[in-house]
Amino acid sequence: MKDYKELAIKAYQIRKNILVSIGSGHKGHFGGSFSVAEIMAALYFNKMRHDPKNPGMEDRDRCIISKGHAAPALYAALAEAGYFPKSELMNLKNLGSILQGHPDMLKTPGVEANTGSLGQGLSIGCGMAIGLKNSQLSARVYVVLGDGEHGEGQVWEAGLFAPARKLDNIVAIIDRNNIQAMGSICERMDTGDLASKWEALGWHTIEIDGHNVRQIVEALDEAETVKKQPTAIIAITIKGKGVSFTENTAAYHNNSMTPELYEKALAELEGRIVELNKDY
Amino acid sequence: MPIHNPREEYGKVLLELARGNSKIFALDADLCKSTMTCMIEEELPDQYIEMGIAEQNMLSVAAGLSLTGKIPFVNSFAVFLTGRAFDQIRQAICLSSLNVKIIGSSAGFSDFGDGSTHQTVEDISIMRSIPNMAVIAPCDAFQLRATVKAMVDHEGPVYMRYSRNNMVSLTLENDNFEIGKVYTMREGNDITVFAIGIMVEKALNVAKKLKNQGISVRVVNVPTIKPLNRDAIIELSKDTGKVLTTEEHSIIGGLGSSIAEVLRNERVYIEFHGVNDEYGQSSNELQPLLKHYGLTEDMLETKIVEILNK
Repeated sequence: MKDYKELAIKAYQIRKNILVSIGSGHKGHFGGSFSVAEIMAALYFNKMRHDPKNPGMEDRDRCIISKGHAAPALYAALAEAGYFPKSELMNLKNLGSILQGHPDMLKTPGVEANTGSLGQGLSIGCGMAIGLKNSQLSARVYVVLGDGEHGEGQVWEAGLFAPARKLDNIVAIIDRNNIQAMGSICERMDTGDLASKWEALGWHTIEIDGHNVRQIVEALDEAETVKKQPTAIIAITIKGKGVSFTENTAAYHNNSMTPELYEKALAELEGRIVELNKDY
Repeated sequence: MPIHNPREEYGKVLLELARGNSKIFALDADLCKSTMTCMIEEELPDQYIEMGIAEQNMLSVAAGLSLTGKIPFVNSFAVFLTGRAFDQIRQAICLSSLNVKIIGSSAGFSDFGDGSTHQTVEDISIMRSIPNMAVIAPCDAFQLRATVKAMVDHEGPVYMRYSRNNMVSLTLENDNFEIGKVYTMREGNDITVFAIGIMVEKALNVAKKLKNQGISVRVVNVPTIKPLNRDAIIELSKDTGKVLTTEEHSIIGGLGSSIAEVLRNERVYIEFHGVNDEYGQSSNELQPLLKHYGLTEDMLETKIVEILNK
């Protein structure tokens, strides 16, 4: 769907799914999941060629959530797309559930790699990109990374590797929300200007507003035109975006909501969906 | 007895297999002239990927490759693969039983010159602790060839560790090899010696020597440490009632521990021979180093006699 209004609404549907899956009274990674909602909407409902009825389709585009703690965002998008019934969202982290705390490729339809131990997803994506090219498939690989995740050395290993191998079928999308588990990234482990770093590594680098679906789609479109070079999209986002009390704080990196706060969040998200329907 | 270099044979057999199977890839982290994957790079550059000095990236890239139907062989020194990239092996590869083959070159003390940072006596222990991982240590260059072939046919993660240096060939070129089987190299009924890698030849030499003293030693090669053939191990231990395990590896967590785990409910006396929970060091020659750590025929003989005198 190229309809930006629909995508913007989808992002809030995804936020609602995230909220419902974590629920009240249980801890969950609200912050880092809410911040990638527009990115997930753009990937699953605009850019990626994929088929929820055929998750193993050989020439499908792949999405890896390297920042694995945003699993609720991934599951929210997969459920919305029809990879499994929405009712499964309520089972997040329950014993025996197909929805694990961090993505498990054997347990959940649509999950492409095991992530959760940070820094590994981009490498796995590079391996897929090489294999796909070798098999002469045109499928593309999209890897969503966190900014705090850049502390892991392996991110830089993959960062060096992809341009060296001229992998133009992989895109790194960095969720630049400037907050990690224990607080502000600037204060605790300043990763500096990420755009210039990715540029220096040799990636075609685009900086966008990570909550503007048009900008996300245009960046993804641009990436497809770049040859012999991978693309890095630095998406400036707000951790916890979409719910007033989860925005811009480390407090909701991994936290629980009381029933009252849950209802407040739900009302805010539903209200936003109504507004968006009117807005356009 | 004929002597072959396992590294050379590894490069050759991988190349032979890669020629016939375009899904096979060799990945290397700037050590291809040591691991011998340079042979693949030379002849089949499209099936070789230079990863640079980045083992973690290498293992995860292998995981991604396997998810597109390729069969990646990941190569480096045993110590670096199992140490630096343990998490990647565990999380991406073994957790989902991906079809990645991990080749630990220069295992044990075989890189005698470079010293302790390049040697490992913990790799078998580390790798076998991961669910879904198979762990193999061939006893000679021919068995290594057979192992590599079996690895291609085996669906799932496998770790193979082997020596850098020449080995006496104890098996024959077309000998049977199956992952999971144990091989009785010499029959005997006073004591059972379970051995792997370079210790198999030493155990056989000691057995031959002790025969002259009227001692009958059964020598069993256990190339597949995991999955361990429980029934065979028990059967081969019960009648002698006395077991010695021997390995170029720590006595913590390797072959000895695996065998002891299996025999824990049996009435068998079991003793370990291996490296005594310590690091390696540099040496300009291999033999003095092995002697320093007691990985010798003399030490094996002493241990066997000790056990029999109990």
